[in-house]
Amino acid sequence: MNTKSLKGLAIPLVSVLAGFIVGAILMLIFGYDPIQNYQNLLVGSLGGVYSIGETLRNMISLILTALGFAVASKAGFFNIGGPGQYLIGWFGAIVFTLKFSHLPAVILIIGALLCGALAGGLWSMIAGVLRAYFGTSEVITTIMLNYIILYIVNFAVKSWLASKGSDSSPNITSKANLNTPFLQHITDNSTFNWGFFIALAVVALVWFYFNKTKSGFEIQAVGLNESASQYAGVNVKRTIIIAMLISGLLAGLGGAIDGLGNFENISVSNNLPNVGFNGMAVALLAAENPIGIVFAALLFSVLQIGGLSISVYSNTPSEIVDIVIASIIFFVGIKYAFELMAKKGWFNRKNKVGKGGAEK
Amino acid sequence: MSLTTILMTVFSTTFVYAAPLIFTALGGTFSERSGVVNVGLEGMMIIGAFGSTVFNLTFASTFGSLTPWISLFVGALFGLVFSVLHAVATVTFRADHIISGTVLNLMAPALAVFLTRVIYEGKGQTPVINQSMGDFTFPILSKIPFIGKILFTNTSLVAFIAIIVGILCWYFFFRTSIGLRMRSVGENPAAADTLGINVVKYKYMGVLISGFFGGIGGAVMAQSITLNFSASTISGQGFMSLAAMIFGKWNPLGATGAALFFGLAQSLPIIGAYIPILSHVNSVWFQIAPYAITIIVLVIFLGKAVAPAADGQNYIKGK
Repeated sequence: MNTKSLKGLAIPLVSVLAGFIVGAILMLIFGYDPIQNYQNLLVGSLGGVYSIGETLRNMISLILTALGFAVASKAGFFNIGGPGQYLIGWFGAIVFTLKFSHLPAVILIIGALLCGALAGGLWSMIAGVLRAYFGTSEVITTIMLNYIILYIVNFAVKSWLASKGSDSSPNITSKANLNTPFLQHITDNSTFNWGFFIALAVVALVWFYFNKTKSGFEIQAVGLNESASQYAGVNVKRTIIIAMLISGLLAGLGGAIDGLGNFENISVSNNLPNVGFNGMAVALLAAENPIGIVFAALLFSVLQIGGLSISVYSNTPSEIVDIVIASIIFFVGIKYAFELMAKKGWFNRKNKVGKGGAEK
Repeated sequence: MSLTTILMTVFSTTFVYAAPLIFTALGGTFSERSGVVNVGLEGMMIIGAFGSTVFNLTFASTFGSLTPWISLFVGALFGLVFSVLHAVATVTFRADHIISGTVLNLMAPALAVFLTRVIYEGKGQTPVINQSMGDFTFPILSKIPFIGKILFTNTSLVAFIAIIVGILCWYFFFRTSIGLRMRSVGENPAAADTLGINVVKYKYMGVLISGFFGGIGGAVMAQSITLNFSASTISGQGFMSLAAMIFGKWNPLGATGAALFFGLAQSLPIIGAYIPILSHVNSVWFQIAPYAITIIVLVIFLGKAVAPAADGQNYIKGK
């Protein structure tokens, strides 16, 4: 199948447009004003320094969890463990910061981020080891590990970190906060923090890893064909474990940065953090390309942050933005339909296109 | 608490929690046996839970105590219609199955909560249903000494139906020619095609049936456990069902068994409190036990899970 027949960016752009059209149609059906709502969405996400700060901050964890999913996916694994790895990273960073609060700021922050990332990496590596040595499906183990860590973190927060009767840990010391007074000052007190630059640096690192290193190449080789890689001399077991380790490191780092830069503490929660699942969607939207992930995360973030103001300024349910997001990814997924339309001309009737799909 | 009462609690909670998982995991086997990977089970459950709850709330006064049962069917239809999205994307438009499944999982809560807000004046959750699936005591079976008390008294009728459906699904796949054809499409679509089997039709069937069952799974969840619909009605049960299906090696009986096992594991935290030796053990261990035991069992007893050979691949005729 030739996916390059429509040049480069055409499919994502058409998909985004189509996604917004679906959202608009739905709003018209239920009597909401699409133009006003989309305007509120843009103003809410990009209409000022504060909104831009929030939008960029929201991108951080999307980028990192998406990169995490992409690394595992390149090695041929479906890592649904992002939410759990993000959570343990968040937890690890907060614990480190609370326990070593006497350390100088720079060491404290680096230590906390490393602690969170490492926690995520080791947690995810469990699935990698089981997959490598026992052939256990990583789909099941990562799902199970998600729930295990959810309950462990809840238990640990409640019985070790929180004071009696409270469901949250104390706040971290202000010197460990990635959202520094300087950044607050220039972004109108938004939660924008230094983590954004860390995330961008990690994007570059991951790009370099895949395109310029042997290990990165081996991961992709294993993803394409495990037995062929084995014959070519790749240590498949080790590669699987490394892929899952890196995948978890990235998601864990996402949680750690959000912990230090956004939440500043950790609370008991009934559900797994949604960002892990959203990161998966961002990675899929970007076709797992590290650079593409930045733009996909920006789009997601604009919709998510802008969506908040949709329901503030009108009675339109803010879930409309999630419908738009899902539609966009749907259209990206069915790019073959666009290729068919382009090949056959836009005037073909829809069922004809469908039939063409079955017959090639 | 007497042994009989403890066992009765174990079985009934197991059945209550297993029923939604059984239906949904069975749905998963249909889709994947026909070669379409289905990570969208969670989304199908959400739509089924939503449809059944809205129907239940709207028609409870008309249908009385039959309402929850009709609601299951309505939930199933919602799931089926919703799964058309997955079928069209993967079978007709050759979308990546994981992408399409993820779309279902993103779309379902968004759409369902959006519509809930439209219908129920801006609220993100529905009112609680009045006609729910209560306990059921089997007329004659419950009179059997001991067993009647622990298995057939105050238990979940829908779970027994689920188990029977599981057996029927096994019969369908391994004892009927349509089932054989559906499996052949998931194993080797090109060979099936050569033999004159309509690959596209069987794949559509597989996905739509999985939507039907996923919808029932979600409906059972809403009608017997949460009793209303909100964004958190389905929180991970679809993924658990996916795990049950893999655990059961894509076999309806295996999936049913695995779902029952997950149900049993879910009842641990509830019954742990009543058993003297276990009552002073910290509850966090019971909470993580189901998931940890699943991993251990998989590693020790099952080894490599082997999916249908062409699962997840798009069939392109003549290639």
